[in-house]
Amino acid sequence: MYKNKKGQPIESIEQNPSQESSRPSRGISRRSFLSVSMLTGCAALGVPLQAGALSEFKGWPKSYGMLTDFTACVGCRSCEEACNKANGMPAPDKPFTDDSVFRESRWPSAAALTVVNRFENPKDKTKPTYRKVQCNHCLEPACASACPIHAYTKTPEGAVIYNEDLCFGCRYCVIACPFNIPGYSYESALEPKIIKCTLCHVRVSKGQIPACADACPAGAITYGKREDLLKIARKRIEDNPDKYIEHIYGEREVGGTSWLYISGVPFEQLGFPSNLPKKPLLELTEGYLSAVPVIFTTFPAIFGLVYSAMKHHTKKAGKEEEHGHLKEDDNE
Amino acid sequence: MSPSEYSRSLITPFNLIAASILATSLPIFIARYGKGLASVLDATNEYPWGLLLSWGIFAGEPLFAAGFVVAAGYYLFGMKTYRPLVRLAVLGGMLGYAFAASYLLIDLGRPWRIYYPMLINFGPSSVLFIVAWHVALYVTVQLMEFSPAILEWLGSKRLHKWAVSVTVALIIGGVILSTVHQSALGAMYLITPGKLHPLWYSAHLPLLFFSSAVYAAMAFAIILSFVAVRYFRERCDNEFISNIPAVTLSLGKGAAVAMYIYFALKVIALAQDDRWGLLLTPFGYWYLVELLGFIAVPMALFSIAVKTENLTLVRFASLWAVFGIVLNRVNVNLIAFNWNMPEHFERIIPSSGEVIMILAMVTLHILVFRWILNRFPVTKELPEYKGSH
Repeated sequence: MYKNKKGQPIESIEQNPSQESSRPSRGISRRSFLSVSMLTGCAALGVPLQAGALSEFKGWPKSYGMLTDFTACVGCRSCEEACNKANGMPAPDKPFTDDSVFRESRWPSAAALTVVNRFENPKDKTKPTYRKVQCNHCLEPACASACPIHAYTKTPEGAVIYNEDLCFGCRYCVIACPFNIPGYSYESALEPKIIKCTLCHVRVSKGQIPACADACPAGAITYGKREDLLKIARKRIEDNPDKYIEHIYGEREVGGTSWLYISGVPFEQLGFPSNLPKKPLLELTEGYLSAVPVIFTTFPAIFGLVYSAMKHHTKKAGKEEEHGHLKEDDNE
Repeated sequence: MSPSEYSRSLITPFNLIAASILATSLPIFIARYGKGLASVLDATNEYPWGLLLSWGIFAGEPLFAAGFVVAAGYYLFGMKTYRPLVRLAVLGGMLGYAFAASYLLIDLGRPWRIYYPMLINFGPSSVLFIVAWHVALYVTVQLMEFSPAILEWLGSKRLHKWAVSVTVALIIGGVILSTVHQSALGAMYLITPGKLHPLWYSAHLPLLFFSSAVYAAMAFAIILSFVAVRYFRERCDNEFISNIPAVTLSLGKGAAVAMYIYFALKVIALAQDDRWGLLLTPFGYWYLVELLGFIAVPMALFSIAVKTENLTLVRFASLWAVFGIVLNRVNVNLIAFNWNMPEHFERIIPSSGEVIMILAMVTLHILVFRWILNRFPVTKELPEYKGSH
């Protein structure tokens, strides 16, 4: 499972080595890279490039993802530390070995792309459950469909990445994200930007695996093809029905996410939203968006007709009419 | 008036209050642009938008639909009595939209990139993309709709003739752009089913936002016309003043009908999603306050006022309806948004900097409105252009 895909999007990265290496931590790519990457990705992954394929896009079929097993997590925060280093983030106030952070409820932000929180385990009070959160890399991301400048891209490899060079900072992606994930560097006056997990897009492109999965000593984070991860998750649940609840979070939520979770504690008790639709959120706005052209084509006709009818009516009523304009009689 | 007389005439209680608000806000605006958003806002991952946008854009824009509703009433639907009010309503709309864009320039992380959705890269799957384009186009259309007043002020007769000749096309364009963008403001929340409280979340959000904008616009036009005759009487001609009672009643009647439609749509949305059970929760009570207290009550007041031809009551109902629309938008944006987040109510309280910036923007808005109304032929017709629109 820890094996990497061979050959495909890596070559496209190398076309832009200077740009990528100048910002190795951020995983933000230029459009040129993205388009090349999409094409090579399509070719290598065998995605049919037919016109019809886009209208019924159901996610990149052979994309990679992550599986977090909360029953295995021991709360060592190695993943947080590895993430911090891999992304070149500033050191936190408290060291990663300091357990006192578990007393507060933390959330990913512009300062940390992933955090681990401690929850009480109702099954066994002595053995708390630890929850790691970060961007879930939705198969059809709401953030990407909400962005008015198309600064987000769902890569064929699985990551949802963001290009700060396009962003004007409206933060509608933050509103749209069902998991409240994108952080924004509000403290920056000149270069504020969205900061979130990139599924270590740059590391993956170099043939490495995401830093958190690499660092986890407990085997709680598995990197691999999403469809394989689903099989692993199902098998674990099947083999240990007492240990796990029967729910793979992320399999269907908002149309599926690249990051999957299995747990011994119900997900809503771990702060995962349980009220999300099973279909991608962008489908909820499709109907409206398709109505806009209808308004543009029918309204001129409707209101033009109303205007003509009114003019005709006014004319018939014997009122003044001049050069196609309604004219008032100046009675005061 | 000599310059010294003029400057002395500026010292009025209102101006002094306005000046002190603007002076207080200055360091806050400097901090916002000099040190970043974090220095003035409490924005987070969960609450990226605060009262600044709720008030400045979501609550403001339905009111500023006044321009398109009154202009469409007069030019397209033959509501002759609206004629003296058209320019004032268009001014109210145009200025309102310009200020809405200014609120955005405060809140955007990198406001100098505001043109990016138009020129740099396109996100057509985004409802905000639709909003951005329509607001930009509509501000332009409104400026063109208002341009006859500016050209009369400048005395440019030839351009004026040309500007007047395209009026009907502009009005129809304005109706389209307004319809789309008012509804798009509601459609922006279609993507948040997990975050917006189910009583406010509805597949009909676009329709609800649009239909409420219609009555909000009428209520705002009533208030604008009242402000004009009450505080700018010397700037109004006889036609304007003598038409006010008829216009107020006509708009009041329109607002009553529009509110009946809106009220029905709200109830239908509730029934369609079968949310009745939620009415007996704390959020349900709050929903009923909005539905009954701020939609049904002003709706009834409008009906009674129009029936009894009570102008004061029409104006009072308008003010109430405007409060209702602000409440609805703040509910969708802030109060019912992320309602299940821990410590939700503590976290939606705006920072003092945010409140001061809003006060400053409102003050500026009034000052600019006053400046224009005192100079341009808005509520009066210049004799040489009489009857040209």
